[in-house]
Amino acid sequence: MTDELAEVFRREAGRCTATMVRVLGDIDLAEDAVAEAFAIAAEQWPRMGIPPNPGGWITTTARNRAIDRLRRESTRSERHRAAHRLHIESMHPDHNPELDGLDDLVDVVADDQLRLMFICAHPALAADAQVALILRLLGGLETGEIAKTFVVPEATMAQRIVRAKRKLHDNHASYRIPRAAELPDRLHAVLAAIYLIYTEGHTASSGQTLTRTDLSTEAIRLGRTLVELMPDEPEALGLLALMLLTEARRPSRLASDGTMVRLADQDRTGWDRTLIGEGHGLVVGCLHRNQPGPFQIQAAIAAVHADAPNAESTDWLQIIALYNQLYALLPSPVVALNRSVAMAELHGPVVGLAGLAEIDSTSVDSYQPYHAARADLLARAGHLDEAVAAYDRAIELTTNTVERGFLARQRAVL
Amino acid sequence: MPQYMISVCHDDTYEVDFSTPEAQRLGTQVGAFNEELQKAGAWVFAAGLHPASSATVVRSSGGVVSMTDGPYAETKEQMGGFWMIDAADLDAALEWANRASAACEGPVEVRPAQG
Repeated sequence: MTDELAEVFRREAGRCTATMVRVLGDIDLAEDAVAEAFAIAAEQWPRMGIPPNPGGWITTTARNRAIDRLRRESTRSERHRAAHRLHIESMHPDHNPELDGLDDLVDVVADDQLRLMFICAHPALAADAQVALILRLLGGLETGEIAKTFVVPEATMAQRIVRAKRKLHDNHASYRIPRAAELPDRLHAVLAAIYLIYTEGHTASSGQTLTRTDLSTEAIRLGRTLVELMPDEPEALGLLALMLLTEARRPSRLASDGTMVRLADQDRTGWDRTLIGEGHGLVVGCLHRNQPGPFQIQAAIAAVHADAPNAESTDWLQIIALYNQLYALLPSPVVALNRSVAMAELHGPVVGLAGLAEIDSTSVDSYQPYHAARADLLARAGHLDEAVAAYDRAIELTTNTVERGFLARQRAVL
Repeated sequence: MPQYMISVCHDDTYEVDFSTPEAQRLGTQVGAFNEELQKAGAWVFAAGLHPASSATVVRSSGGVVSMTDGPYAETKEQMGGFWMIDAADLDAALEWANRASAACEGPVEVRPAQG
């Protein structure tokens, strides 16, 4: 039962919180109400069994508890108004969401989740606060769990979440889906935050293990939710495809002794073909829409890698063409770096190094992948002293133990 | 309706010479922005400020007043002016801030007023 309850919590917490934020007009009240409803579930369900619509049960219970609480505490006018809003809500106490208007309810709930995503990833919040709020409100993670995954003290994470919620509250941030004109920027912030959660899970920025599966899984779940909510947004599809295609390689990223294996050396028979198939389907669907964006192009690059049975047969020409397209949309040093690495695969390390030389070195001075890639190209071009110096810099910038071990071995081979 | 302050961030060394073409251009742009605010009913109050070096810090404590020359915060960036606006929510305020930044060709800071 405990496992089942945890499973329901993980699945429903985000949805219920999203609805309660709309109903109560306040994130803190919504969180409290949902937490209380789950506490009641933990007490009642073992005796009575899990209800047929657990999410509906939690939402209804949370709403009823919120009404009770607001009545009890309705000394402040703001809370009076919130209680009033609850009464005029279409969901009456006796109303059973399983029985009537289920389709309408699903639409409303979907909109609630979307609104919550947009408010969590509001561009007025710092990226780390956006990520923390999304995991907390939509992922249903406890503050302690979020703190642990980002290796910060729980008090620090709690303060970050409190400050973010207070900023939204003090600034009268609206709980709404952005208008069409604002959508591209705002959607990008949501996509970027989900991708940040994914990449943190894929290569943890610090700690003893290379990956944090729980964060990657959560990011993919959020990506799927976003695609369900915005099925016509090609970049949402692109993000999901990118995460699935990257996730497919996870089984081969670590050798049996726990050390990191780079893409070229991975055992591709270990790649998850189901995830690749799904990612591929999404990429093809994106191509048909013909509205390319950064996430779709990165997904297409991942798909080209997935197509090659081994590193030697990779279609580098195609990958370089995609990086050129990506650079045209997003002329960042990181894209230029990845394009140079691809160029090196096709034309040799000297061409790759020439590409790196064009990047403004101050912009990538503290970017670990730049120094790691440069070290590898320098070594392949026979500039061993410079390669050692570049590995030293890369190792210095690496906070993940497994990744640092990989770089140290590369350096030692020289 | 919520109110927000949009303040203009300035280097503390700025001197306003209204005769330069640059100042004239900024003046025209800010004037047009002010008109937009007024037409939309978002205007509450606005002022451009003299440089921070013109400031005096006053402290009243236990009936004793002390005055010191200079801005309170010894930072390079000082407020050069501000608008108080009415806006429905943060997104509306940020949209005005976007136009304010374009008009004065520099960064602006948005802060909600209490109440």
